[in-house]
Amino acid sequence: MATASHADVTRRDFLYIATGAVGAVGAALTAWPFISQMNPDASVKALASIEFDLAPLAEGQEVTIKWRGNPVIIRHRGAKEIELAKSVAVSDLKDPVARNANVKDGDPATDENRVIKGHEQFLIMMGVCTHLGCVPQGDNPAKEYAVVEGSLKVGGWFCPCHGSHYDTAGRIRKGPAPENLHVPEYSYLSDTKVKIG
Amino acid sequence: MAGHTKYTPTTAFGKWMHERLPIYAMVQEAALDFPAPKNLNYWWTFGGILSMMLVIQIITGIVLVMHYTPHTSMAFDSVEHIMRDVNYGWLLRYMHANGASMFFIAVYIHMFRGMYYGSYKAPREVLWMIGVVIYLIMMATAFMGYVLPWGQMSFWGAKVITNLFSAIPLFGDAITTWLWGGYSVDNPTLNRFFSLHYLLPFVLAAVVGLHVWALHVPGNNNPTGVEIKSGQDSIPFHPYYSMKDLFAIAVFLMFFAAWLFFGPNYLGHAINYEPANPLVTPAHIVPEWYYLPFYAILRAIPSKLGGVIAMFGSILILFALPWLDTSKVRSGNYRPIFKGFFWIFAIVCVALGYLGSKPADGIYVLWARILTAYYFAHFIIILPLLGLIETPKPLPASISDDVLAKSKAKLAPAE
Amino acid sequence: MKKLASLALAGLLIASGAAMAAEGQKTAKDVSFSFEGPFGTFDRQQLQRGYKVYKEVCANCHSMRLVKFRNLAEGGIFNEEQVKALAATYTVKDGPDASGEMFDRPGLPSDAFPSPFANDEAAKAANGGAVPPDLSLLTKSRPGWYGTFNQLWNGIGGPQYIYSVLTGYEETPAELAAEQPEGKYYNPYFGAGHWIGMPPPLSEGQVTFDDGAPNTVDAMSHDVAAFLAFTAEPKMEERKELGFMVLIYLAVFTALLYLVKKKLWADVH
Repeated sequence: MATASHADVTRRDFLYIATGAVGAVGAALTAWPFISQMNPDASVKALASIEFDLAPLAEGQEVTIKWRGNPVIIRHRGAKEIELAKSVAVSDLKDPVARNANVKDGDPATDENRVIKGHEQFLIMMGVCTHLGCVPQGDNPAKEYAVVEGSLKVGGWFCPCHGSHYDTAGRIRKGPAPENLHVPEYSYLSDTKVKIG
Repeated sequence: MAGHTKYTPTTAFGKWMHERLPIYAMVQEAALDFPAPKNLNYWWTFGGILSMMLVIQIITGIVLVMHYTPHTSMAFDSVEHIMRDVNYGWLLRYMHANGASMFFIAVYIHMFRGMYYGSYKAPREVLWMIGVVIYLIMMATAFMGYVLPWGQMSFWGAKVITNLFSAIPLFGDAITTWLWGGYSVDNPTLNRFFSLHYLLPFVLAAVVGLHVWALHVPGNNNPTGVEIKSGQDSIPFHPYYSMKDLFAIAVFLMFFAAWLFFGPNYLGHAINYEPANPLVTPAHIVPEWYYLPFYAILRAIPSKLGGVIAMFGSILILFALPWLDTSKVRSGNYRPIFKGFFWIFAIVCVALGYLGSKPADGIYVLWARILTAYYFAHFIIILPLLGLIETPKPLPASISDDVLAKSKAKLAPAE
Repeated sequence: MKKLASLALAGLLIASGAAMAAEGQKTAKDVSFSFEGPFGTFDRQQLQRGYKVYKEVCANCHSMRLVKFRNLAEGGIFNEEQVKALAATYTVKDGPDASGEMFDRPGLPSDAFPSPFANDEAAKAANGGAVPPDLSLLTKSRPGWYGTFNQLWNGIGGPQYIYSVLTGYEETPAELAAEQPEGKYYNPYFGAGHWIGMPPPLSEGQVTFDDGAPNTVDAMSHDVAAFLAFTAEPKMEERKELGFMVLIYLAVFTALLYLVKKKLWADVH
């Protein structure tokens, strides 16, 4: 008699637990479409790459274009800027990692690793400060923020929000930003045409 | 077995909380331990089903708004963007569109249940009237929601329904212009409808709160219509009715899913997949199925103002129902004549719905007039008179008497 | 009270078959399609053929503005490389460029199918005063037949409507010849009354299919109707698939809840 009622209780508990478990799984699965709908949709993903013609960009000039809703800085660097960037030892950098989607993860932040070989004069990177996302300002003769050599006056960038300084290779040198400006995935379709994304 | 058990906190935190915000006590007394008649049948599960539908509509709605654009030049395309590009967008939009129909199916069953079992009678008049308010808000919300995809039926539905207000003497034209924010249904109209369509469901949720509050004062009616007299008659809401409701909700969800996944456009209008065109009226303008009986009443009256009054009157008369029904007996189970008239009334409502979908000419108009007359006669003549002339069947002494008698009757043939 | 449920349902069914056929419209021919019914799926070969008919014939006058090239890859009609190549054969207006001018460029998968006319007015002017309807949603907005129960079991017959109109051109009956409007053709399946502005678009052997499938007017109409069913509801297969999983899940969950409820209520008398 005692065993019978014990078995009964077990069976009942099993039923309750099973139902609760099935219900919980169902609720979790139902939540997915409601979460997933906030991810980039098919039309956003489809627009992920753009092409840009570098030919009109003269030495020392810089443009900012929009890609995936973010500014991308494209700069045609002069010899002095490249030289300045190359003269810095990786060990002196605040962030020694290249942050370049086109090289291996964790590669050192040498100037070579910030651009694509054979096209060193063109620096292409996200105009998104790695601190909190403002757009770093480029070469602006009216302002003199040159705290670090290679910042601004000669072609570096300065973020007006919280004062981060990036050098002529877009690497963080001073200020609160933790990382170098990120380099997006891009490739050269021809000598003067790049595809970003 | 039942009755209010006083909540006593058992843990230190429970005690601390109880002294500051006795929320657990409230949940326990108002929901978990709430004594419900033990003889409620499955028609009583639609309250739970409706709460679930409201939650589904609000959640899917909030999510759809994340992708929808309330502008005449973009509304239609943004809905198609949801259908084609947004992750699971088609699912969310079909849920919301079919959910509206499911909401109305459930509310109609809920209302007819109340009418059959006399749930509107004293002391539940206020409960019933709040219910009618909920129904009115539902209708307004659904109407404005249907305008948002900005298809042909959206536009012309909006135009026709807002034009109803032009029937108001003296101020009619000023009111429609005010409603439209222009000289026709256009972008300002779409924007304000969108705003209100987003707002009203939350108003609805608040009024549902009042509805539940008003339910908790007298407690549930039940199939016998006899009030709870002792602990014998009731059981705690949880787990008995919570689980029964959950089961009914799951069954209803299957019905919902069948539409949603295998016939998602059946309950809508094909022509609404064509973008709104203010210059071309579709051949047949018909509202969504849940408005059809009222649409039939509107068209049955040959005068513009008269039609509008009759249409609104057919809903507003529900407010007076608790006083129009003069019978002392609640449940239709014990009212042999009322029972017949109840079913005639139900058939008349369905038939009016059918007529609402037909063109407004010839034999259809004649029938719509006859049935509209009957609709009002049911409330104004039949119900008041029935209470006076009908001899009800003897009521059971208590709910548990009735339950016992029924289970005995069930056992008897077996022995 | 059980009657109430069946009544409510019947009311719902009767009431929803609201729209009615225009005067004199013939019920669409009930040809069958691979995607009908709860288990039906699109026939990719057929969609490829249908796309070809659309591209070579329909697209000359009809826009399909809600459909993007990439949709063809998402729907598994072509692979991504094919879609890239196919999009590039179209010219898409883009811009403004750095000098503020609009320019033409080859299409990308993310582009929508370009419309043949710049705007509705241009379309009207070029087509005898009637805008050729956009094809994106045509099989969802044009019913082939009516009737509450008919539509419940057979769907609205949108693809069948397209097929019937394309194959439904007839000699104008003698008694109607007098009222035939200038530049209109007789087609008893056409939804807006039997005078249609579109000349018979397809002729025997007009489009050559790569898979060597028959290219009679009948076959081409069937193929393009199937393609338009895809463009109107590209997520149909995903929907049905998910539907079965949801229903199976709900069946199990409902059965469990029933047992729970029964067990709980076993000792309530």
